[in-house]
Parts: sequence; C-alpha cells; structure tokens
Amino acid sequence: MKLSEQWLRQWVNPAASAEEIGHQLTMAGLEIDDLTPVVPPFSGVVVGEVLTVIPHPDADRLRVTTVEVGKGEPLQIVCGAPNVRVGMKAPVALVGARLPQDLHIKKGKLRGVESQGMLCGASEIGLEDVIDGLLELPADAPVGEDIRRYLNLDDQVFDISITPNRGDCFSVRGIARELGALYEQPYQPPHFDMEPATTERRLPIGLGAAGCPRYFGQIIEKVDATAPTPLWMQQALNRSGIRCHSLLVDITNYVLLETGQPLHAFDLAHIQGGITVRMSKSGEALTLLDGQTITLDGDTLVIADDQGAIAMAGIMGGLSTSVTDQTQDIFIESAFFSPNVIAGRARRYGLHTDASQRFERGVDFELPAQALTRAVQLITALAGDQAQVGPVSFVEQPDLLPQRPTITLRAQQIESLLGFAIPADFVMSSLQRLGMQVEASAADQWSVTPPSWRFDITIAEDLIEEVGRLYGYDHIPLRLPQQPLTLQPYADHFSLKQLRQTLVTLGYQEAISFSFSDAKLEQQLQGSDMALALANPISSELGVMRTTLLSSLLPCVQYNHNRQQSRVRFFETGLRFIAQADIAQLQQIPTLALVATGTHLPEQWQTYSPDADFYDFKNDVMQLLNQARLSVDVVRSQKPFLHPGQSADLLIEGKIIGYLGRLHPALEDTLECGAIWAAELDLQQLQQPYVTQVTELSRFPSVRRDIALIVDATIEVKQIERTIWEHAGEGLLEVRLFDQYRGTGIPSGQRSLAFGLVWQLPDRTLQDEEIKIRMESMIAALATQYNAQLRTS
Amino acid sequence: MSVLLDAAAADALRSESLDAIAQAHDLSALEQVKAQLTGKKSRLTELSKGLGSLDADTRKAQGALLHSVREAINAALVARQGALQQAALQARLAAEALDITMPSRGQRAGSLHPITQVMERISGFFTQAGFAVASGPEVEDDYHNFSALNIPETHPARAMHDTFYFDATHLLRTHTSSVQIRTMQAQQPPIRIICPGRVYRCDSDQTHSPMFHQIEGLVVSEQANFAELKGLLVQFLSVFFEREVKVRFRPSYFPFTEPSAEVDILDDQNGRWLEVLGCGMVHPNVLREVGIDPTVYRGFAFGLGVERFAMLRYGVSDLRLFFQNDVRFLQQFA
Repeated sequence: MKLSEQWLRQWVNPAASAEEIGHQLTMAGLEIDDLTPVVPPFSGVVVGEVLTVIPHPDADRLRVTTVEVGKGEPLQIVCGAPNVRVGMKAPVALVGARLPQDLHIKKGKLRGVESQGMLCGASEIGLEDVIDGLLELPADAPVGEDIRRYLNLDDQVFDISITPNRGDCFSVRGIARELGALYEQPYQPPHFDMEPATTERRLPIGLGAAGCPRYFGQIIEKVDATAPTPLWMQQALNRSGIRCHSLLVDITNYVLLETGQPLHAFDLAHIQGGITVRMSKSGEALTLLDGQTITLDGDTLVIADDQGAIAMAGIMGGLSTSVTDQTQDIFIESAFFSPNVIAGRARRYGLHTDASQRFERGVDFELPAQALTRAVQLITALAGDQAQVGPVSFVEQPDLLPQRPTITLRAQQIESLLGFAIPADFVMSSLQRLGMQVEASAADQWSVTPPSWRFDITIAEDLIEEVGRLYGYDHIPLRLPQQPLTLQPYADHFSLKQLRQTLVTLGYQEAISFSFSDAKLEQQLQGSDMALALANPISSELGVMRTTLLSSLLPCVQYNHNRQQSRVRFFETGLRFIAQADIAQLQQIPTLALVATGTHLPEQWQTYSPDADFYDFKNDVMQLLNQARLSVDVVRSQKPFLHPGQSADLLIEGKIIGYLGRLHPALEDTLECGAIWAAELDLQQLQQPYVTQVTELSRFPSVRRDIALIVDATIEVKQIERTIWEHAGEGLLEVRLFDQYRGTGIPSGQRSLAFGLVWQLPDRTLQDEEIKIRMESMIAALATQYNAQLRTS
Repeated sequence: MSVLLDAAAADALRSESLDAIAQAHDLSALEQVKAQLTGKKSRLTELSKGLGSLDADTRKAQGALLHSVREAINAALVARQGALQQAALQARLAAEALDITMPSRGQRAGSLHPITQVMERISGFFTQAGFAVASGPEVEDDYHNFSALNIPETHPARAMHDTFYFDATHLLRTHTSSVQIRTMQAQQPPIRIICPGRVYRCDSDQTHSPMFHQIEGLVVSEQANFAELKGLLVQFLSVFFEREVKVRFRPSYFPFTEPSAEVDILDDQNGRWLEVLGCGMVHPNVLREVGIDPTVYRGFAFGLGVERFAMLRYGVSDLRLFFQNDVRFLQQFA
C-alpha cells in the first residue's frame, strides 16, 4: 500500500524523519519496500498568471505571452503549449530555475523573440501529464507562490508491503494506529460532524445472508456529480497510486484509504425497490463496473434490488447502478461483510479489487458507521450545495458479528516460546498500546481481548508475536539448540554425492533443467500424449510434466549446439512423472539421465578422436553400474525414441532399471545436433545398499587359452559367452573378448571373434589335458549351437 | 721371445695406451681398445707370458713394472667407460626431452551445477550438526502443500503463491514445507530435518523462475524456542558467507508459523538489507494437524531460496543463467 508522508503525519506526527519512521515500521512487520519523493528535486518554479497572448511573428506554433509572477514587471515568455490562454494560471520556471532531467532555465530567444522563463506542463515538474499542454492551476492559486509549496510537492510516498494477516493496516488510520503504538503517541483522526438529515427518504434494507452481519446505508439527493475533485484529494489519491475518476468515486476511494472501510455509491435512480444482501443464485448474471458480465455461482454474496443482483458484495459494484455524471440521487453503502464469505471469491472470478483485498482479510466491524458519516460529510461539503441528506439506515445480525473472545496469556508461555522472559509491565503496556483490553488476571497472567480491527489474534502465540515485535526481534538473545548425541543407522550404498562425482570425473557437466517440458517434444519422444499436463502453464513449451528427463535436457543440448558447443556431456538427476488414470497414483520416479554428443574426446593434438560410439557411451554407464555394485542384463531396447540397432534396456532380475543408446535417426534429424547418446537410470536402483564379500585368492597360477571363432554376424557375443561358461568347467575366472574382425578372409555376413579364457582353481593347478578336454567340448557345443568355426589363420 | 721393458719403454707403453683409451669415443670403440691393450694378443699379455723365463730378480722387477702399467691402463679404462656411459645417458636424456608446456591429453572433468554445490554446502552444515535430509514428491496435493500448513482454501496467502495446478486438488509444490508435514506425520519428536528440493511458482521474469530450489529446516522438540532459531540461523549465515554477517530479524507473516520473521543480511557494499530467509515458530495448528501435541512440543522452521544464496556466493546477476545450462557458464564451476 502506498501512503504519503504528509497524509500520515496529519494523523500522527512523531519527531522522526521519514526514513526513521520507515525503519520502525519495517522492524515492526510493516515492511517499507520503497520511500520515494513525489517529484524529483527542482527549484525556481512559481505560480504565474497569463496576462496577454499574441502570436509569434515567425513561428505558427509559438505564442508570445506576458506572465505575472508577482516579482515586479510581468515576464515575456514564449510558449508552444496549445492550451495557453489569457487569464489561466500555470507554473512558471523563472530564469535560473533548475528542473528535473538537469534542465536549466536561462534567458534566451526563441525564433528571435526574447523569453524570460518557461511556462510548464505537468511532466516538466515531475508530475504525470494529464493533458498535452500547460498544467492549469486553480483560479485561486496565489501568483508568485513557490509551486512546490502550493502543490505540496515536498512530500514522500511510503510503499508498504502489508502481510495477509494485517488487513487492519490497509489505511491511513491503520498505519497511524500502528505508528502511534510504536512511538507511544496516540493518533488523531480528523474531526468532522455528522450531517443532520434533511429528507426522510430511505431505502428498505434486508439481510438475507449470514455473510453480512452489519449494513449501513444512506441516501443523498441532488448531488452534483460533476463537481471537481479538490486538489488535496486528488493528490492524496494519486500519491496512494489511485487514479481520479469523478468526485463521488474519488470520495469513496478517499474514505477507503483514510479509514480502511470500502464503500459503494449506487445511483439511486437505477435501484428498483429495496436492497437485499443475499447469496447469489447459481447462474445469475451480473454486469460489473468494468463492463464484463459474469455468471455467478450459488456461493457469492451479492447486493440485490427487487430485480436482481446489482453488485458483488465487498468485491465490485454493478454497471447498471454505477454513478455517472448524470447521477443526481445516490445511495451509499457502508457494510461489514464477513471475511469467510469474501475470501477466495474475487480470485474465483479473476477479480482483485481494493475492496475485496480488505474484506477478505477483515475490516473493522465498528467502522461502517464512522466511514459512512465521513463520506456523507465529504459529499455534502464538495458536491452538495443542493444536497438533501437522508437518515442513516442500519440493519444488523449481532450474533453473526465476529467474536473477540478473551485470550489467557501466561508469562511462562512467552518465555518458553521466545526462549527468554519479557518484563511483565512491558507485556501489559505493549498489548494496550495495540488497542487490546488487558487485565492482569493472576500473577504473571493476563486476560487479553483483541480490538474489533484485529482478525489475526486468536491464540496466545498471536499475542506473543505482538509483544515480541514491539519488544523488538533484535533484542531476542541468541541460543543454540541442544540435542543428545545419537548415531544414525547407515548402509553402504552408491551415494548421490559419489554418483555425481563419478560423472564429473567422466567429463560430464551437471545440468538442472525444468521439470516441465514441451508437449510436442514429449509426443515426439514417446509417440503418445501420456504426459501429465499443467492446467496453467507458463507457456506451451513448458506445458507438461516430463515423462523422461530427455524432454527437458535435449533442448539444453540444442541451446548449446546453437552456440558452437557441439561436444556436450550432460547429466541430471530429478523426477520424471508417469501419469496414471488417477492423478493420485502418479509415479514420481527419481531418475539419472546422461546425454552425450560430439567426439569421444575433445579436440586435442596427436589423438584421433572419432565421434563417440555405442561402446564409449556404454562404458560411462557401466562405470556407474559397477560402482553401484549392480550387474545388469543388456537387452535390445524397443523404446520408440531410440535407434533400434544401437540401444539397450538394462535389466535386473527381469525388471528394467534403465536404458542407454543412440536417439532414433528420425529424431536426431529434427534436433539437428548430430548423433546424440542418451541413458536414463532409476536412481533408487543405483543406491541399493550393499556389503562387499571377498573371495579368497588362489595360490596356484592361472592358465589362459585363446580361441578365435568365425560365426554369423547376427550371433551376439553374450550368446557365445554363455556357451563358453557352460562348457568351461570349474575355475573359469574370465572370458575376455579381445578382438572382433570382419573383412578379408572372413565370409560376408560373418565375423571373427577372439576370446581369452582364464582359469584358476583355489586348490591346484589345472593340467593341460583337462583344459584340452574342456576346450574340445566347448568348441563342439559352439559348432552345434551357432555353427561357429575355429579360425585358423 | 719377448723383450724386456726398461723404465722408459714402460712409460711409453703406458702413455701410448692411455692415449688410445682417451681417443675411444664410444663404448664399442672402448671395448676394441680394451682388447688391443689388455687382450690375449696385446703387448702387455705377451710381456706377462715372458715373465716365467726370467730369473727371479729380473722377474720381480719386470713384474712390478708390468703390473704398474696394467693398473694404469685398467684405471683409465674404467674411468673412460664411466665417462662414456654418463655421456650416453646425457645424450639420451637430451633426446628424450619433451615440450612440457604442451597441453595434457584426454578430457577434463565436468562440474557440479552451482545450485547443487550450494545445496550440498548448506546440507553439509546441517547434517554435520545432526539434521537428517528429507525429501518428498514434487507433484503434491492441496492438503500437504496448503491445508495442513494452516492455509485453508480461501486464505489470501494462497493467491500469493502463484501455484501451478493440475486439477482442483493437485499442484506442483510451492515450497518444501510439504515435506515437513510428511515427516511430522511419520515421526514423533525430536525431529531435526532439512528438506532441499525443487519448488514451483507460476511466475517467470528476470528475478523469478517458474522452478527454483528451497532448503527448509525443521526442529521439533520440547525446548525449541525463538532464541534457538535465531542463534542457529545467525550462525548458519556466518558459516555460509565465511564472515561475520550483520543479520536482522524482521517480523513477518507465514500462516504456518507464529511468530514469524524474515531475515535480512546487510550488504556491506551498498549498505542495504537483503532478505535471505523466512522463519518462525511452528504454528500450533500445524503441530496439531500432524498429531504432535503442541502443549508438549514446540517447533521452529526456516526456509531459504538456494538460487539467492548461489547468486550471492558466485556473483551471478541473472537467475535464468542457472537453468539455461550453457556449458560455458557451468564449466566455470569446475
């Protein structure tokens, strides 16, 4: 909320600078976001009266004027403003004036005619331009007076951030009350008298809903809706960031800012019959002040006349009964609407108004009568030569007014919550300063009743916060939590920290990309619209929850590719989201993803570095699996986004825990980043606890035999290895593929595979004869199963 | 028949031999010289063979003479061999010398994301102090994200959260406080946890990212109080920034804490206060909601935005850099 320093000081005027006041408010929980002067510094500008205007001899758009500034001879000033005319009053920058934007006014000639100053528009003295031309001042503006003084420009605006619990601070009254409590100096509201009734006319008012415990209304006939809003009111509104409309609206806004009570003025001529406050009927239509027609649900409080809803109570008035320049008779509403019937309603209809903001936080229920009196007083004073004031109408449902039950507060509660004791007399006086009724009900115990304007004080903790913030959080001592020493259970596992470090060592950069991604890319990857969609995404590119980390990582690869970074190694850990028919069953799976593009090694001297291939990339994945103590089955993958010939699913006991491979060429073509290698692994699987079990080392030498086979190229190494293991007998330690060859000497469609086999027994050395028998059995089996031939050359 | 040496001839032989040794320029030449001077067919060997035919006195004198010559030759051979070996080693070393300023081969290590580095740093402080790390789902329900935290459906604070929704009751968590609820539902006090993780708000510009990271902490015990909260956070801030930071606690409002405070640190450069943390004593309604008796236990909680801390620590001025994943940015954190 914005509030001018001058307005605030009319209510309470502590002997402190604006900065000090701002600091006090901030440290009491009303944070000052900004403190800005209403206009930038400038000097040498006074009120002037235009005496004569004649055309400029050499310029069509310029006029030559004489202006009285109360300093001897009138000044001759050349002026280009379209609205300059004889008799008008406007600001004049005298010779020597310093204006905002570093403008210095000197005596000079414009197209040959001497000009002894400048007539100013609003923007030239740091105000907002309303019209193109000079800032016209009221006819009674005293000629020669400094414009800063005349327009009250030596003022600053506090921009106060008000937390949702402090609806009572959304007004000058509220801030003044708070400031008064801080400086122990009571605030002084402006004095005014109640207007006596001069007509008997009143509207019948009915309360047909629990949401309106109290309703005041008053008719004023024969108002002058076109009367101008006085400058002081315009300034107060503008400095609070509220635009001026017309006098009647401006007055209701002014009273809102001054007291915190939202008011509404209806055009009486358009109200049919009487007023009823009731819940809306489902489907009922209402055209609001802003012109939009909304269909009400059955759960909105409305003001209705005999024909139907004419306003959304506490949120916004209706168009049909709004005041206009033609309005003559008005009905002013000043009511208390319960926070719980207003809260959330404005948001439901996409509305946010000054009234709803206050009502949903709670408006002082003792305020409506005072605020109504104030509004009527201002209307009769400013638009009311002919005004006839009706009697105040008043209906209420006292049982439904907010309760202010007494809260018991004990000194021991304060001490245990804050961690130190606050002196008893401070507790009592600080609560009293905040308008609470406090009684010392026993030793170190108080009975406290919060005031009508505080909707946020219901339990002892709320009172402790009040006492604490007035005492000053800075005065609360520092302690450290004490705790018993306990050791937590711990199982060895491949920790996230180790995993990340391993990938860093392998040359990967950690990326953090958004958890939501483009539905189109998701569709492209998965071949179906399975991703969970956000109801209100930031943009369509961030519209669905990723089902694979790739849908947010691949755009990062592209981003870098477009910036000459063609070799990229990324990893990311995060959730992927697998939607189910019921959103409550959504799977949120912690996942590790790797992507790699470009050459196996970065460009460097004396190294032939081809593009990374399947086996390079597989090694990165295997390093992780080895460290996680996992052994996996590698099975050809069916994933739609992977190259069917260069990708694999990784399985443990038949369950897929991840995949690795190259993206499908069709996908690579659309991404235009060359070959992309990708893997995703289930993070929880990688972090399974393990305990290492050692095998005893053999004292006997190992024996190695090599075997080279020629087999059909479609036979997988895994199949051959399985047969080798089956026939190698006990003691086989390792089967190591050390060569693959195709080409000269090998029939087309076949390949040569060379394996080294190593045996070692724990208790003896294997004999040549035994190995020979095993090799023969193995070779026979390979020949039978795969038609494998021994390679002899 | 050999001829006896006189002293002058012995000197000549010695001097000739030493010259020959000195002129051997490599080890193989030295081997040849050695054979010529001391081998079976050498003058010295021949003279030695002739000693047997001499009378005792002559043989003794002649033997001593020959011995002195042989000693001199052997010593010269050993010395020369040593010198030549040393020279050969030097030559090899010179030949093998590399340009050690050429770059190394292979690939350099990658790096951890700065957000991860800051989260690990902060988590490290707290886990060393006995806090456990808790995590939870990011797609949350209304109950855990709001209602259980004393934010009923119509509460104005909901509007401030700019929530991403899926349907009426499911959303992306707006804070990691939902993890606090889940932890307290599962465990009775004492509780000391921190909850790091991704959170989401429907807002995007230079200073807001629709996804960012929070670390929240929660302590529930019989004696938790505001002074402890203050002490812990003041210490944390000094440890994080590795200096004595000036800290102020400012009353504020969160529905789930009472009293609540925001914590500012003083920016020494420009004298301005910078908001870095929110905190407070856990609201009794929240404790009650998760089945913890607020008359027995009290709790305090705090929350911080990781990006803010990373920006301060690393001098990053634009929040969006963290999620663009430009390798030129990320590599700086290696």
